[in-house]
Amino acid sequence: MEALEKLLVKSAIVLNYPAEDAKDVVTELGRHLFEAGYVRDSFVQAALEREKTLPTGLPLLGGINAAIPHTDVEHVLKPGVAFATLPQPVTFQNMVLPEEEVPVRIVFLLALDEPKAQVGMLQEIAGVLQNPELIEDLVNANDCEDVIDIIRNRGLGQ
Amino acid sequence: MVKKKTILVACGTAVATSTVVAKAIEEALEARGLYVNIRQCKAAEVPSLVADADLIVTTTPVSVDKDIPVIQTLAFLTGMGREEIIEQIVGYLQS
Repeated sequence: MEALEKLLVKSAIVLNYPAEDAKDVVTELGRHLFEAGYVRDSFVQAALEREKTLPTGLPLLGGINAAIPHTDVEHVLKPGVAFATLPQPVTFQNMVLPEEEVPVRIVFLLALDEPKAQVGMLQEIAGVLQNPELIEDLVNANDCEDVIDIIRNRGLGQ
Repeated sequence: MVKKKTILVACGTAVATSTVVAKAIEEALEARGLYVNIRQCKAAEVPSLVADADLIVTTTPVSVDKDIPVIQTLAFLTGMGREEIIEQIVGYLQS
């Protein structure tokens, strides 16, 4: 998963984050992306606003669910992906059925500036989401290097 | 020659989700020898683009006042029910 590996922002990988709610984890990940120079200071607010009307919770096959919050390109300076795992799930709303709640333990916060150029990375994230074993490994990862290893070594050929 | 059909692929911001969905549909259909026009848009843009579309595939609720099929699905993101959705799309394209 080269494209995803390349775009993962190491300083924005937050494992076992004791999030209070969805807003908390989006704010925390967004802060890391901002501090690393990937997004404008408007990004977090824009992502939170978008989440209210166009939520990004995704119920997954293995029962450990994910969310992929993101927002419009004007809040992004350069493309990057922040990642969090949560020991206790927080509630996102379901993307396709916004009235339905999805308990989420994996969050990919996406800073995208040009979707066509980032299609490889987006497909790789979809590949991760579709693989319950990979999701379980990610949720159990203890440090940033584990996450990179899982994405580098086990993402391919499955 | 039959006119190529157009699939409108919608999501919230037209940056992430619909990019994945559009690519996945394109690849799945090409593997079956089916070639279509795929147009990606925000859910809010659907009403203004629906006139040219034969089918809508969306990951977020959309409002459509034209009598065309709308498939609302996360299958291309989560993998769940993917084959059934592809069959459904093929069915609509061939009808």
